[in-house]
Formats: sequence, C-alpha cells, structure tokens
Amino acid sequence: MVEFWDIYLLPALIIVGKILLIVVPLLVAVAYLTLYERKVMAVMQLRKGPNVVGPFGLLQPIADGVKLFFKETVVPTGANKVLFLLAPMVTFILSLIAWAVIPFDEGMVLANINVGGLYLFAISSLGVYGIIVAGWASNSRYPFLGALRSAAQMVSYEVSIGFVIVTVLLCAGTLNLSGIVMSQKGDLGLLNWWFVPLFPMFIIFFVSILAETNRHPFDLPEAEAELVAGYQTEYSSMAFALFFLGEYANMILMSAICTILFLGGWLPPADWAIFTWIPGIIWFGIKIAVLLFVFIWVRATLPRYRYDQLMRLGWKVFLPFSLLWVVVTAGFLVYFDKVPA
Amino acid sequence: MSFIDKQARSLLLAEIVTGLATTFRYMFKTKATINYPYEKGPLSPRFRGEHVLRRYPNGEERCIACKLCEAACPALAITIEAEPREDGSRRTTRYDIDMTKCIYCGFCQEACPVDAIVQGPNFEFATETREELFYDKKKLLDNGDRWEQEIVQNLVADAPYR
Repeated sequence: MVEFWDIYLLPALIIVGKILLIVVPLLVAVAYLTLYERKVMAVMQLRKGPNVVGPFGLLQPIADGVKLFFKETVVPTGANKVLFLLAPMVTFILSLIAWAVIPFDEGMVLANINVGGLYLFAISSLGVYGIIVAGWASNSRYPFLGALRSAAQMVSYEVSIGFVIVTVLLCAGTLNLSGIVMSQKGDLGLLNWWFVPLFPMFIIFFVSILAETNRHPFDLPEAEAELVAGYQTEYSSMAFALFFLGEYANMILMSAICTILFLGGWLPPADWAIFTWIPGIIWFGIKIAVLLFVFIWVRATLPRYRYDQLMRLGWKVFLPFSLLWVVVTAGFLVYFDKVPA
Repeated sequence: MSFIDKQARSLLLAEIVTGLATTFRYMFKTKATINYPYEKGPLSPRFRGEHVLRRYPNGEERCIACKLCEAACPALAITIEAEPREDGSRRTTRYDIDMTKCIYCGFCQEACPVDAIVQGPNFEFATETREELFYDKKKLLDNGDRWEQEIVQNLVADAPYR
C-alpha cells in the first residue's frame, strides 16, 4: 500500500495539482482576455467599453460566464447529437493540452519533452477537427460552409507556420521549447532574440497565427455578413462557451508559442539588475499580453480579407517566401559554420 | 519605377502599418461616450420632449379648451372635452394625450394661443406598461408643475427666434 502511494498515487496527485495550477489561471486569463479585447477595441473606436459591472467593468467576464452558464443548450433536431456535443469539447480540450509543454520560466514546465515543438504542431493541427465536426454535426448550411472555410484556412496556414518553426529550430538546434528559449540568451539581451535575425519570419509567423486562430482580418469562418456565425451558428449556452473559451485559449497559446520562438520566452530584455529582479513568468506574461494587444489592434484596424485573397496570401506569398527563407537560413548556417551542435 | 514602388510598399506592409498607426493614435483621443445616465448630452431650448399642461402663476390652468391642439395634431393623439365651469369660464373636463400615438412634432405647442400645452425637456418617461402612457389631464398638469422652471427658461431662451 505504501509502495502504491509512493510510486503511483502521490506523483499522480502532484501532476494533477500542476495541471490545475496551469489550467485555472489560464481560464481566468481567457475570461479577462475578452474584457481586454472589448476595452482595447473600445478605446480605439472612441468608446469606453464595459464599465458598469464592477470597477472598470472588471466583473463583466464573470457576469457573461454566468449568463452563458444558465442558458439552455439547444440541440437542433437534424443534428448528430453525439458529435454536436463532442465538437466543442474537442476544441476546448485541444486548446488546453497544448499548454503541457509550454515553459513559463526556467524549469517551470509540466512536461519538459525534447520534441515539444512537434507536440505543439501536432496538437494545433488537430484543432481543425473540432471545427469541422461542429460544422458537419450541426446539419445546417452556415455552419457547414464556415467549417469548410475554417478547415481549408487552417490547413493552408499551418504549412507556412511549419516552415517558420523549422527555421527557428535550425537556428536553435533543438526541439525542446526550454532549449529554444535558452538559445536566445546572450550578452545583447533583446537583440539576441530570434525576431531580430529572423524578422521576416516573425512577421509571417504572426500573420499566420492570426489566420490559424481565425482572427481578424482572416475571420472568414465566422464572417457575420456572410455566414451568421460560421461553425458556431447552431451552438448556445455552455457548448458555445466551450468554443469561445477554446478560441481565446488558442489565441493565448499561439501568442505564447510566438513568445517562445521569437521573443525569448521568459528572458528579460536586458541583463540589467532591475529587469532580472522581475521573475521570468512575469516577463513571459508581459510578452504574451503585448502580442495579444497586437491581435486586438489588428482586429480594430483591418477589414476582412476576401476568401481568394486569403488563399493567395497563404499559398502564393507565404509558402514560397518561408520556404526560401528556410533554404537561405540553412545555407547561411552551413556556409559560415554556425550550425548549433 | 511605379511597379517597384508598389511592390516594395506591399512587401513592407506600408498600408497596414499606416492603418495600425491611425488606430493607435485614436487610442489617446478623448472618448465620445457620454456616461448615461450619469452624464447627459446638451438639449436645445426647442427640444420637444414629454408634454406638460402649464398654469398661470396664480395657479389657474392656462388651457381655455379652444381645441386648436386637437385640430393640429397629425397623429390624432389628443382628445379634449370641454364645459363651462361654475364661474362661467371655458375649461376642459378631459384632456388626454395618447403618448404612444404622439409623433413629437410640436404642432400642439405651435397651435396653442396661451402657451398651455408645451413639450418640455424631459425625455426619460419610459414606462413598464402601455396604459401608463395614456396621459390624462391630471398627469399633464402634474408634469407642468414639475417642469415649470425649466420650461420657462427654455421659452425665454427661444423667444428671440420666434
């Protein structure tokens, strides 16, 4: 019995505790991301945004959550019930499990596996299933068209995201996400991060994650004017809330990946005393918040792309460009004998 | 040359960056939001809000039951019945306005020879039931007592333009 406790139960409980330590703050962050978005959008449109519920509207996300929770889950008669209810769960769960390999600080990671990059790529590719299943199971036109668009879009942009990640991996010489962050540590601080030498890749990656998370200006899957709400049209109550949470958790996840790959993860921008006093997890959070700000900023600025423009950008601009850059980077590393060991 | 220029601009995302700069500047502008109901926008003295029936300073009601407002009303929202009072003066026994019919055109106010029916500055008179919006004489006179001060100010302010 003692053996069972020591070998199985205790480690399992510790892992569950760690998971809760990641998931609970993440869900709170997702809730407040919605408020963040509404506030930033509001100030950019000369409005004030939510400011009635609680001080500065800080309780607004909780009020929204409670409202959604008490609504009725409507399942359309023509829908495939099992898949219809499974789809939002898939989306939500997939957006959470990717966090297992994200390093928040040095050694502060749930699973420090050596193929973290591949794991992330695999999980983010699975995300499309939740959406396409939702669209199919709804048995309705708008969700179906939205899901088709979404699937095509995510598949297209994943290709260029893949090449961008490959470029960073070439430079970092490891697939371990902590290793990628550590490869950006150096005397120059901020200038050592990969976004400086690989600036075009950084831009491509950022635009691709906008498309990957179905955000403006690539939010065609849920283009209100054409498709009502895309694959979410038939969803209500908690099923809708799970999609919503999944989508916003994905935004945070993609920002976190972008931070790790290009913005030096938990590293401070310079090795000065004031900066190094601040714990790495705070730096990580600040960088994610800045990227999320850009997400919202872009949403407040740009109109939606047309579908053919979206596909043209993905396949005819980003794909050749990132492919070329992989070759150039690899050639550079080999020619100057800078390949990391 | 223009071809190279165009390509360079699109490669450097020039237009997107300009757009982002514009929205960023707008973040720091004064907000247009009025924090209603704690703040309210300015109203013209001519604002046509909720109707009131006014009184003379001695407390006598102004309305002489000429029914010009009833005749002028394009929405047929006003109903008036009149009889001579005990002292022989003509007064209304009934003065109803159906606020759900009213189109707030202000013709009743224009038609009135004694400034009895006036549209005041109040626009916050939403009710929970439809019946509460069928105003009778008592309600209109009460409104008049309540808003007299503001209405006088408005009439004085607007007088030079009439």
